[in-house]
Amino acid sequence: MSVLVFAEQQGGELKKAAFEAVTYGKKTADVLGVDCKALVLGSASNAAELGKYGAAEVLTVSDASLDGFDGSVYTSAIAQAAEAAGASVVVLMHSAKGKDLVGRLAAKMDAGSAPGVNQLPTNDGAFRVKKNVFSGKAIAEIEISSANKVISVMGNSFQPEATGADAPVNELSVSLPAARISVKSVDKVTGSVPLPEAELVVSAGRGMKGPENWNIIEEMADILGAATACSRPVADIHWRPHHEHVGQTGVAIRPNLYFAIGISGAIQHLAGVNSSKVIVVINKDPEAPFFKAADYGVCADLFDVVPKLNEALKKFKAGA
Amino acid sequence: MKLLVCVSKTPDTTAKISFNAENTEFNAQGVTFIMNPYDEWYALVRAVELKEKHGGTVTLVNVGGADNDAVIRKGLAIGADDAIRVDMPSGSSLNVAKQIAAVAKDGGYDIVFCGKETIDYNGSEIGGMVAELCDLPFISYASSLEMDGTNATIARDIEGGKEVVEVATPFVVSAAKGMAEQRIPNMRGIMQARRKPIKVVPAVDAANASTIVGYEMPPAKAECKMIDPENMEELVRLLHEEAKVI
Ligand SMILES: Cc1cc2nc3c(=O)[nH]c(=O)nc-3n(C[C@H](O)[C@H](O)[C@H](O)COP(=O)(O)OP(=O)(O)OC[C@H]3O[C@@H](n4cnc5c(N)ncnc54)[C@H](O)[C@@H]3O)c2cc1C
Repeated sequence: MSVLVFAEQQGGELKKAAFEAVTYGKKTADVLGVDCKALVLGSASNAAELGKYGAAEVLTVSDASLDGFDGSVYTSAIAQAAEAAGASVVVLMHSAKGKDLVGRLAAKMDAGSAPGVNQLPTNDGAFRVKKNVFSGKAIAEIEISSANKVISVMGNSFQPEATGADAPVNELSVSLPAARISVKSVDKVTGSVPLPEAELVVSAGRGMKGPENWNIIEEMADILGAATACSRPVADIHWRPHHEHVGQTGVAIRPNLYFAIGISGAIQHLAGVNSSKVIVVINKDPEAPFFKAADYGVCADLFDVVPKLNEALKKFKAGA
Repeated sequence: MKLLVCVSKTPDTTAKISFNAENTEFNAQGVTFIMNPYDEWYALVRAVELKEKHGGTVTLVNVGGADNDAVIRKGLAIGADDAIRVDMPSGSSLNVAKQIAAVAKDGGYDIVFCGKETIDYNGSEIGGMVAELCDLPFISYASSLEMDGTNATIARDIEGGKEVVEVATPFVVSAAKGMAEQRIPNMRGIMQARRKPIKVVPAVDAANASTIVGYEMPPAKAECKMIDPENMEELVRLLHEEAKVI
């Protein structure tokens, strides 16, 4: 038996989130006393490196039908790889593709599933994992009782740990169904850090008074190499693009550092950001509910404080 | 066009989340339930808009007990024509998906809509499961959907951007923000909803492959450290030396 990790490549390369997933897969395999294998769909120049993070073997499938993303083709490839690898546990990344695939693959393998897990499974015979529920307001422990199990692991929950050496990379031959979804265009926001995978996030709300004032927020994000985010009303009134909206009805994120500037901290906003490791709140209202969820707070006018903070950050970056 | 919209019932976004003494069950006491916002604001409203523009019918499907009928009536008031409730207390996602798949196969729908996730269990699994069980294409996290005959052009959210895809009916789609704008049911809709049929069907045989065995609350945050607004160097130092995040 083994644990199979679907390690997503982006543009022919594996990024940090793939190494996180394989680290998670290796530790899960250790708990179960089996080995860990990785699967790469399409090619990745650094596929062999997955061995360092615990994959005993890397399987690859190169097929033109995997170039555009059709979940049913991917599901078929992963299910066949799981069969070939003798894997009853499949680990996905909880990314856009992973979220698309987790249910589909579970149905295909008739498996119990847990999407978005953030802890290793228990090690007492039963297979139990934890995930956030109620948009981060609670944590549920899920027991999967079926023989096959499909889980997706939340980004930034496990740091990649390189311990071993490169693994052998072997092409697997599979037969794939024809794609029914055709990709017409991919439109990525270029030049900035994508929000869901960002480790540092600078977020601002209605306290900014208007879109013309966002230069200080963008400057801060630039200095830090951070992604920018916003509260829902700010996206609704088109001060900022919709993809920046975080919260219960927007993107849920868990960066290492979240700056909340001129955001009151409504429960629906907190729901999407309260898994952040460290939260800094800048708000002029000492009663703002966000201070209760914060690690560090600055109670002052943001138009005074943010420029000063930017200067201090610049000095720090210059010295570091 | 025959459209099917999966709707589920979730606690209100401001509901206090608590559990029974053993931490094994959600405490529903005093909690207001609503239709899952992604199902209502985005999936259902877009389906109703498509019906208004291209003709056809919108059917709701819900898996649950009779206490879900209030949420279903709201969907009918927003503009769905009829509803099917699979009479089963909620089960694991795969079990629920098998119930919906049975309804979907039976009805021969052109599009099956669901929300991108529920705001309680945050699974985002049902759409993909139903698609696999019915052998249909699935497009997740859709922020727009336009029909041209039997062809759909859909934008879906991906990391840091959007992907535009084309697919022919029948297919399953999960709706995210941008798909449509929330609609408040008007008096006429509410009156009509009372006369629209909710068909109750028995569950098909399926097992729960996963179960929630316990809940816990996230660890409490330590007291917030207040920093002197005149001393941002201190904040930067703490973030670097104490929190170690920059
Ligand atoms: C079903 C539902 C779902 C929702 N989902 C979301 C969601 O996903 N995400 C989300 O964000 N919201 C969501 N909301 C909305 C949420 O309830 C709040 O209305 C929203 O988060 C408030 O945004 P805000 O903090 O930017 O604005 P406000 O609440 O107006 O707060 C602005 C803050 O800025 C401060 N401020 C003003 N001027 C300054 C200054 N010069 N210097 C410093 N501070 C200043 C104020 O003290 C205040 O605290 C949802 C609501 C509902 C009902």
